[in-house]
Amino acid sequence: MTLASFLTDTNFKTVLYMVAFAMFIYGLSGLTGPKTAVRGNRIAAAGMVIAVVTTLLVGDFNNVVLIVAGLVVGTAIAVPAAQKVKMTAMPQMVALFNGVGGGAVALIAWAEFRSTEAFGLEPTYVAIFSIFSAIIGSVSFWGSNVAFAKLQELIDGKPRTLGKLQLPAQVLTLGGAIGYGVAIIAGADNELFIVGLLVAAGVFGLLLVLPIGGADMPVVISLLNAFTGLAAAAAGVSLNNPALIVAGMIVGASGTILTQQMAVAMNRTITSVIVGGFGGSVEAAAGATGAGGGTVRSTSASDVAIQMAYARQVVVVPGYGMAVSQAQHAVREMAKLLEAKGVEVKYAIHPVAGRMPGHMNVLLAEADVPYEQLKEMDDINGEFPRTDVSIVIGANDVTNPDARTKADSPIYGMPILNVDESQSIIVLKRSMSSGYAGIDNPLFVNPKTSMLFGDAKGSITEVTEELKAL
Amino acid sequence: MTLIAAASETATASLLVQNLIILVLSGFVGYAVISKVPNTLHTPLMSGTNAIHGIVVLGGLLLLAEGADLGTGTQIILFVALLFGAINVVGGFVVTDRMLEMFKQKPKELVEADEPEVSK
Repeated sequence: MTLASFLTDTNFKTVLYMVAFAMFIYGLSGLTGPKTAVRGNRIAAAGMVIAVVTTLLVGDFNNVVLIVAGLVVGTAIAVPAAQKVKMTAMPQMVALFNGVGGGAVALIAWAEFRSTEAFGLEPTYVAIFSIFSAIIGSVSFWGSNVAFAKLQELIDGKPRTLGKLQLPAQVLTLGGAIGYGVAIIAGADNELFIVGLLVAAGVFGLLLVLPIGGADMPVVISLLNAFTGLAAAAAGVSLNNPALIVAGMIVGASGTILTQQMAVAMNRTITSVIVGGFGGSVEAAAGATGAGGGTVRSTSASDVAIQMAYARQVVVVPGYGMAVSQAQHAVREMAKLLEAKGVEVKYAIHPVAGRMPGHMNVLLAEADVPYEQLKEMDDINGEFPRTDVSIVIGANDVTNPDARTKADSPIYGMPILNVDESQSIIVLKRSMSSGYAGIDNPLFVNPKTSMLFGDAKGSITEVTEELKAL
Repeated sequence: MTLIAAASETATASLLVQNLIILVLSGFVGYAVISKVPNTLHTPLMSGTNAIHGIVVLGGLLLLAEGADLGTGTQIILFVALLFGAINVVGGFVVTDRMLEMFKQKPKELVEADEPEVSK
């Protein structure tokens, strides 16, 4: 056996693929702990290199120029984009990368259609799995692009629907895509069928994500991520490639769990997220509550500084407001000063604070906040009664006590941070506008609460200056 | 002739069954590995799994490398697919790495040594 024929031997390649997906699994299990995560990610990346090289071990190598160009140009686009993106823009970056992955799956199915005479040369199951991957891939591509555009504020984050036509339009487009798919499996070999399928699935993707409000976007991105994984696994079955099947399916499974967990944390079901944003029912509820009785007390930076400097324990409750104003470094500065004065500082992280689960952790880690100070909701909630000052930085709905007490509130039942149980509360906010859910927050009119209005970063910096002067 | 046809049909079926076994088992592996991740690592995890499904790049590679006489149209489609897949993989891993780097505890001396450079 010559070296060349050994290298292109199917069994040898299968062994290499096994090494690759063992590295994916080992790497992913590394991602479960903060200490092993970096290494885990790199192991998975190394596995990917092995998988790519293995794939290129074919006896009769074609289209070398196209392959090299595709890999080089793709890398040249991706690396600077990934390196330059701000930590606050991370969610939309993930959405974008997810989208192109979905697009790739859809295009591969199209190319397979063209090169196998509409799957006429292949067993039926190949056609079925390819059609599945084409539909899901196209939905994921267009859906992710909408998610990106919403988070990047290229389009309005508010839910957009066709009103009563929304559901029929969704049914029609998805049904259309499936119809084209069935026709192709049954033997239709005109290219218009696969193009029609991709277009119908794409329009369905748009219709799926456009009605969903900005607050639900993490759930959507996670769901589309799982979709792309499943589509990749299906493509793996039809291409008979074990590495694709394993990697795709692992992502499909993990993405589904993650989506489920996020939805649970927001007291939403995946179905209710998909069916549409908080929409009309919430407006009605908000109207019933009115502007909320009670008065709002506003305070000054120097008062806040004094209050915190003499506290035993301060809990920082970050939200999207901190991300928007890039206040994480200022927060860290402030916390350092407080710690120097003997104040214990902790951070209360709600699972869906920000735009993605763990969004706040990433931002605070960027500012070198020690991992041990970041407390998850269940760990910190018991501590609020012992906390002298809770400082809420641009978080709203995740602190709304209505979720515990007011049965007709749209967020009733959502697990929240029990900030209102602490001795005193300081809320940093730009204005009295409501949060993403669009409802009033009685925390703001709580007698223990004082509001510090202004941009979060500016306010924190002022407080820090006052602390230095103390 | 019929014997050969029957044999090839059996081979096809067993290939499908093998692939389905891999599919189902990896679903369970994904579930087992992932369900232990703490909330705090969910964003990097989503980003990491996002990079891994960039493995679709293999599909583009495979069809291009093995396709001796693809038409120009198919070549263009596959080139774009390859490009998209490469962006997904490379971008995904780089972004995840950047996020995770921030979770790493820096040794005290290192942080101090870094500071003069930062403040310049």
